[in-house]
Amino acid sequence: MKRREFLTTAIGGATAAVCSSAEARPNLEPTPEAVGMLFDSTLCIGCKACVAKCKEVNDMPPITDAEQQSWDSARDLSGDTLNVIKVYKNGTAELKDSETDGYCFEKRSCMHCVDPGCVSVCPTTAMRHDPVTGIVTYHSDACIGCRNCTMGCPYNVPQFEYDELFGQIQKCQMCNQAGVERIDNGQMTGCAEACPTGATLFGSRKLLLEEAKRRVVLKPGEIYNYPRGDIASPDSYHEKQIPNYKQHVWGEKEAGGTNVMHISAVSFDKLGMPPLEERSASSIAEGVQHTLYNFLALPAVVLAGLTYVVRRNTKNDSDGGES
Amino acid sequence: MSEYRALGGRIFTRPFIFFMVVFLISVYFMVIRFTEGMGAVSNLNGGFAWGIWVVYDVVIGTAFACGGYALAFTVYVFNKGEYHPLVRPAIVTSLLGYALGGFGAFFDMGRFWQFYEIFLPWNWNFNSVMLEVGLCVAIYILVLLVEFAPTFLEKIGAHTLGAMLNKVLFLFIALGILLPTMHQSSLGSLLIAMGHKVHPLWQTWQFQPLLALLTALTMGFSIVIFESSFTVLSTKGPSETPMLSGLSKAIVGLLVVFLAVRLILLVVQGNLGKLFAFDMASLLFLIETGLFIVPLMVLLSPTNRNDGGKLLIAAVCMLAAGSLYRFNAFLFTFNPGPGYSYFPSVPEIMVTLGVISFEIMAFMVLVKTLPVLHRQERVS
Repeated sequence: MKRREFLTTAIGGATAAVCSSAEARPNLEPTPEAVGMLFDSTLCIGCKACVAKCKEVNDMPPITDAEQQSWDSARDLSGDTLNVIKVYKNGTAELKDSETDGYCFEKRSCMHCVDPGCVSVCPTTAMRHDPVTGIVTYHSDACIGCRNCTMGCPYNVPQFEYDELFGQIQKCQMCNQAGVERIDNGQMTGCAEACPTGATLFGSRKLLLEEAKRRVVLKPGEIYNYPRGDIASPDSYHEKQIPNYKQHVWGEKEAGGTNVMHISAVSFDKLGMPPLEERSASSIAEGVQHTLYNFLALPAVVLAGLTYVVRRNTKNDSDGGES
Repeated sequence: MSEYRALGGRIFTRPFIFFMVVFLISVYFMVIRFTEGMGAVSNLNGGFAWGIWVVYDVVIGTAFACGGYALAFTVYVFNKGEYHPLVRPAIVTSLLGYALGGFGAFFDMGRFWQFYEIFLPWNWNFNSVMLEVGLCVAIYILVLLVEFAPTFLEKIGAHTLGAMLNKVLFLFIALGILLPTMHQSSLGSLLIAMGHKVHPLWQTWQFQPLLALLTALTMGFSIVIFESSFTVLSTKGPSETPMLSGLSKAIVGLLVVFLAVRLILLVVQGNLGKLFAFDMASLLFLIETGLFIVPLMVLLSPTNRNDGGKLLIAAVCMLAAGSLYRFNAFLFTFNPGPGYSYFPSVPEIMVTLGVISFEIMAFMVLVKTLPVLHRQERVS
């Protein structure tokens, strides 16, 4: 029963290896020079200048809603829209930034994950993570359109152009894709530039995270001088009463963290953010894959064993195995 | 003289014409998909990027095509030569199932005109489960073609070539066992990176590959039972029940392991409570688990194992159970977040039905024209 022992060992070994491999690789860490954005929901007035500016900078078409063409009222991300402002409403919706009987606005665009699911799952390396800026980029020349990136993104950000025969994936690339290259040219993202209140603030992840942590512990009701544009060299400041921030910087740790971070006075589950743990799902998937397939060592051993066993079991057949 | 024979007989029977009509309707929608794009025929959207074309045609369809894999395991690894007569028809259905799974993947590919990018080594992302699935399935289709070749070579009378192939066939048989082990488990691993979008009752993280593999095997064995029952019925040949009853012992083992792992994980991962939430997910879980338990109960009794009818019932339950397990995880309880919903469009359903119809038609033609089915002694 040697073959049976061999098989039991092989299958048992693989199972044990995989099941104990949960910690095989930790989350990826933020790159030191990572650029990002901070969205402060309490500053957003819902003007959607960022949505229109995004379409202009990235040369995206308007969307058609109820037979009207619109540049700023897309309801969700799509192959035509990389950035969208959504509204939270509760009860009478009278009070800004109140969970009950209140309203507030929330931005949806690529979060530029530190440990991006889309990059991890893409079979052809069409999704890439810039080693310096941390921007998650898309390269249509290698993409087969399997849309695993959409499935592997916790935020459903990469969007395929279903309405086109020769479509591609569309996603925010921080206005730095070939032909736009705003970050490389020392500019900021279109949405941050257009934002009149500094609700979308551009800058390095490090500075933005410091700013976010500073804001959420400010005393509600007091006055804070909010910067606008690029946090390293703001265009202007404006004074505003400090809202009752939730003690939570979204993107500091969620699934390994993101370079685009959010703060808000309404809890993030109410704003439609996904229920994420600190461990990124892709790091677990990669742990399993690498345990099983590193250097194809395990498959090679199993194949050798199988070849031996099959050869022995087909030898007695006068004319080979399949007869 | 071969032990196998072509059934012969008319090709254009009534069932064949029925399946052809369904197939022709699907061709209409396939043409639209390749002239106007996927949006014109499907309900795929920003949250549900994978619909029934991926989940049924690829994920479930290839599991249905695991008959060749399950039998190869039995015959060549556990050296149960008595099952040999079932091998050829199983290889044929595996080849058809996988070829059409491959077609489904191509059909669903948003950028189908550059599908070859996945075969270019400089593009490979070794972190990607999808890469493993794509390459492994593609190679396995070629392996199945080689495994099927003796049948075809016998038909055209290329005996020298057939004999040469037989000398190296053991290599392909070994590959034909390794590759499905790899990609059928990977089809489960695809769920890991989807994280929270997969319902906790189905998100078993690093156990995904094991559960996918176990159910692929139960489905593979079931399809062998299912097909031979129907072939026996439709050809009025002798019953293959004694052989099938032996297979069902293997199935019992697989089912016990699957159910045990599933139950232990529910407890360990702290999801036992969700089982009794009696929402849609818990209901689907209970139906699915019931479909796994019923065949186990049936097959535990030796009398039932020797009863062709009971065997067929058990096989159908397990095919439904394995399919529902995959549908539940990938679609029915899949939750990409607020604002997204998916139900397949009529064209999507028609394309899937068309693919299934084509598979059945091709099987009918192949068993009638090629020596696929085993020649058995007949009472006159």
